Amino acid sequence: MNLSALSQLFIPLLVLGIIGYALYKKVNVFDEFVEGAKEGLHLGVTVFPCLIAMIFGINILLKSEILNHLFLLLEPLFSFLRVPVEILPMALIRPISGNASFAVMIDIFHTYGVDSYLGRIAAVMQGATDTTIYVLSLYFGSIGIKNIRYALKAGLFADFVTLVMSILLVTLVFGS
Amino acid sequence: MVFVINLIWGSFILIGIGYAFLTGRVDVINQEIIECGSSAVELFMGMFPLMILWSGIMNIAKKAGILDRLARMMRPLFRLIFPELKADDPALGYIASNLTINMLGIHNASTPFGLKAMKCLQEKNPKREVATRSMITFLVLNTSGVTLIATDIIGVRSKLGATSPTDLVMVTIIATVVNTILALLVDRLLWKRWKNRELKRT
Repeated sequence: MNLSALSQLFIPLLVLGIIGYALYKKVNVFDEFVEGAKEGLHLGVTVFPCLIAMIFGINILLKSEILNHLFLLLEPLFSFLRVPVEILPMALIRPISGNASFAVMIDIFHTYGVDSYLGRIAAVMQGATDTTIYVLSLYFGSIGIKNIRYALKAGLFADFVTLVMSILLVTLVFGS
Repeated sequence: MVFVINLIWGSFILIGIGYAFLTGRVDVINQEIIECGSSAVELFMGMFPLMILWSGIMNIAKKAGILDRLARMMRPLFRLIFPELKADDPALGYIASNLTINMLGIHNASTPFGLKAMKCLQEKNPKREVATRSMITFLVLNTSGVTLIATDIIGVRSKLGATSPTDLVMVTIIATVVNTILALLVDRLLWKRWKNRELKRT
């Protein structure tokens, strides 16, 4: 059995396990579900304004195409560091929007091939990290944190490590 | 440093609109302002019902004692990562579930647990607008990504005809583990630097 089939099995098994165990522990499963769902409803309502704000900001930045033009400027630096230039848009967009970087990844798949050097790097970059700015504003925005201290620095550092690691590992394992 | 989120958000919009003006593509921005609401609603409607559903299941798991059990299993790890949280802190159950579900790549299900964990941490926060050390560590764990099997990527790769769609799983896991460990170390380093600076100020 392959991995995707296995993870497809996981969710039903998880739900089955939780409800089965809860029944065994004599939990009022229906009542508790409704109680929790109410809280989820409230959670969603608090998160929505935050979501709309982030999408507004992120989409305006992406649609202005400044990032696409910025990477033309950064190109010499990247070739100097022997980082494949084609991966740059991916690296710039990954911390900002998961959906946009997913689209960039598919673009790279189409242009260079799924099993190409660049395709593999993009796939590892997409999979090995999460969207820093999105998660940060959603999680902190939902509880009203204004002073995030050093959180952004630490998050972006992880994205940078992912960039380096994905290029390094793909080169090591699959060769360039 | 204080209003970083505001600064990021504001500059996204200023830079975006400013740059569109400079390049003469204001029409795109107009379009975006009109459409952004519906794309946000679309994203929200995709995750909102699931969020309600998983919050319900989460509550059952909590009442059955599964969350506590999970937190207890991960206690040695938590003691290392979250030194400020007591062993019986309610947030730890949510953190444990969020991380476990994240590892399996089910983001829709892990978000309610993550938000709930943040809410629990916020209840004990003396300064309500300032992120605590544990909050930042938890956030770093989430932004660095702990997904072990990214099913969506495997799915796309197989659809586009990759010879072996899962051949990147090991590489991705190594990359994730390395970046998570390094991010946690940097988180600790930055925290120490912050604390020293606070001490000097007082």
